[in-house]
Amino acid sequence: MIGKKKTSIIRLTLSYILLGLIALTVFYPTLWILMSSIRPGTSIYSDTLIPSNPTFEHYINLFTSSQYMYGQWYMNTLKIAVFNTLIALVLVICTAYALSRFRFRGRKTLMSTILVLGMFPGFMAMIAVYILLLQLDLLDSHWALILVYSAGAPLGAFLVKGFFDTIPKSLEEAARIDGASHFTIFTKIMLPLSKPMITYVALTTFAGSWVDFIFARMVLRTKENWTLAVGLWDMVANNSSSSFTMFAAGSVLIAVPITLLFLFLQRFLVEGLTAGASKG
Amino acid sequence: MDTTMKQAPASKATQAAVMSAIVWGLGQFYNRQFVKGALLLATEIMMLLYLIPALPQAVWGIVTLGETPTGRVKVGKMYQMVQGDHSIFLIIEGLITIIVFLLFIWMFVAVVRDAYRVRQTIERGDQENNFIQSLQYVGENKFAQLLLALPATGVLFFTIMPIVFMIMLAFTNYSAPKHIPPANLVDWVGFKNFTDLLTLGTWSETFYGVLTWTIIWAIIATVSCYFGGILVALLIQQAGIKFKTMWRTIFIIPYAIPQMVSFLIMRNMFNGEFGPINQYLSYFGLGKVPWLSDPFWAKVTVLMVNTWVGIPVSMVLVLGVLTTIPKDLYEAADVDGASAWQKFRAITMPMVLYSTAPILIMQFAGNINNFNVIFLMTGGNPANGDYQYAGSTDLLVTWLYKLTLDNHKYSMAAAIGIIIFIIVASLSIWNYRRTRSFREEDMIQ
Repeated sequence: MIGKKKTSIIRLTLSYILLGLIALTVFYPTLWILMSSIRPGTSIYSDTLIPSNPTFEHYINLFTSSQYMYGQWYMNTLKIAVFNTLIALVLVICTAYALSRFRFRGRKTLMSTILVLGMFPGFMAMIAVYILLLQLDLLDSHWALILVYSAGAPLGAFLVKGFFDTIPKSLEEAARIDGASHFTIFTKIMLPLSKPMITYVALTTFAGSWVDFIFARMVLRTKENWTLAVGLWDMVANNSSSSFTMFAAGSVLIAVPITLLFLFLQRFLVEGLTAGASKG
Repeated sequence: MDTTMKQAPASKATQAAVMSAIVWGLGQFYNRQFVKGALLLATEIMMLLYLIPALPQAVWGIVTLGETPTGRVKVGKMYQMVQGDHSIFLIIEGLITIIVFLLFIWMFVAVVRDAYRVRQTIERGDQENNFIQSLQYVGENKFAQLLLALPATGVLFFTIMPIVFMIMLAFTNYSAPKHIPPANLVDWVGFKNFTDLLTLGTWSETFYGVLTWTIIWAIIATVSCYFGGILVALLIQQAGIKFKTMWRTIFIIPYAIPQMVSFLIMRNMFNGEFGPINQYLSYFGLGKVPWLSDPFWAKVTVLMVNTWVGIPVSMVLVLGVLTTIPKDLYEAADVDGASAWQKFRAITMPMVLYSTAPILIMQFAGNINNFNVIFLMTGGNPANGDYQYAGSTDLLVTWLYKLTLDNHKYSMAAAIGIIIFIIVASLSIWNYRRTRSFREEDMIQ
């Protein structure tokens, strides 16, 4: 019995050490970038992790210097992310609800089509759209970006469909008997019940368009139209050595809203992830 | 007697159908559905006005891809700019026309059938629907189609059409420097891009090299994240560990930070000259490691960073599975005197594997297309002299990206895209056949 207790103490100690080490690797990059963002000077190199004379000049510079237009980029990104989330949500929910609740001709074909389309390398279509926009002279517009992002969203409808599938049919049958129309059932019963899933999809869509830079970089050509992600990427790609601390401040500003959203809405994330998993 | 009763409405219904087949709306007028008829008539006139000149042009354009390039032509003694055919515009316009044409045929069938059915109803003695009633009928019985109309249009124009366009490009020679419109025409070349990719000198060498690394990458990246996730989940879930929620929240942080930012931060941390990691290594008296500039170490680095980013998702999934394993299984094992390791091997692992296997395969497929890690960490570098437009850490997708955006080898990029699709599609289809969740969806309710 004593032996068993001893091994359990050893096991727990080792586990705590391991957990601590993992926590350290999780925290270190975050801490490092936070500290770099308030360190004076521009260089990536420093003797100590915590700067001896912290300063917020990099943050202020991001918004005031003419080289970076962080205020403008923030507004652009916010506009794109908000509109994309709204439109994508409507499209995804409509698709998922139709596929989950109705049996109509061509439904299976439609579902297989969605699956097959999802297997093309995501940005193969993007590159094609880029060539199309380039030829049609529609580059450098935010609406091109919003349209392309949200038009592709229904391909991710399976997750939401899986969630709708778990809501009992008896609920809406009861409502039908009481004379409710499809539209009423949809807005008064299904939507309120699927709040967790809708939150999850909204959150991931918002975060996705907040940081997407592949397509944004292809489409947005002039500096005042850039999004945060494109601006940040430009800082790293073109002059990382000379302005590392600016980059640090920039990435903190991009990451903080999303990270906070994710941590506060953690419950929905976990639910969404596991719901997607159980459907395979 | 019975037959004449049935024949009469049938022939009148056929009349209505034929009328609608000749001119849309005519049959509907005959059925006294005037608003519907007028709307259909207007639609047909608009579609035909577009299609009659556009359709032959579209067929000609897609078959020939244009006949005269834009350029200067000698007229007498002067050179004159002549606006020629733009092959890529011809493909795009052709595709749009064909989509409209298919829509036309679909509507044609629907209109004729509608005329036939409504007439049948009338002859049976029922009242035909007026326009408002028709709308209500659609709202009640075609609600699904109504919901799907908008998303389907979006997907059609922004996903299906671009993909078809890319597939078509794979069979052309649209690439720099010789075949870029408007100065030059593009031609159909059949499977030449694919055979070049598989057999021709540097192209095939690059292709097989990049493909091998893509597969190795996908396997290691999937497995490391998966088992990392299991390890962390088990550590947290052990009996006796305190503050379980706190640990979970801490380990979810890498998932909460936007991936793009994490990768860019890591890229700087692993910086060979000034990065803090090498700084610590030299502090402990170890040499500097060329994290991102040596082909081998660059591969190790991207794999490590990917694990850092990927563990939280696996952890959350495994934690979810762990809570569903019945407690009595472990109690029974305790009674039988099983060791912790035996319990893990015989109960925990099979349960976790069983319920996460489908995700494992989907993650593998996702890793084949994992663009962000490579592009943001190394950009495909360090350069590889043996490769055509690719670096040592380039995956097929990042190579595709470089070929399109940096080198304008559109046709080759499209061919690679199709090959990636074939790999991912075969994996996913195999997976779906295994999981059966697709077939048995109605069982849940």
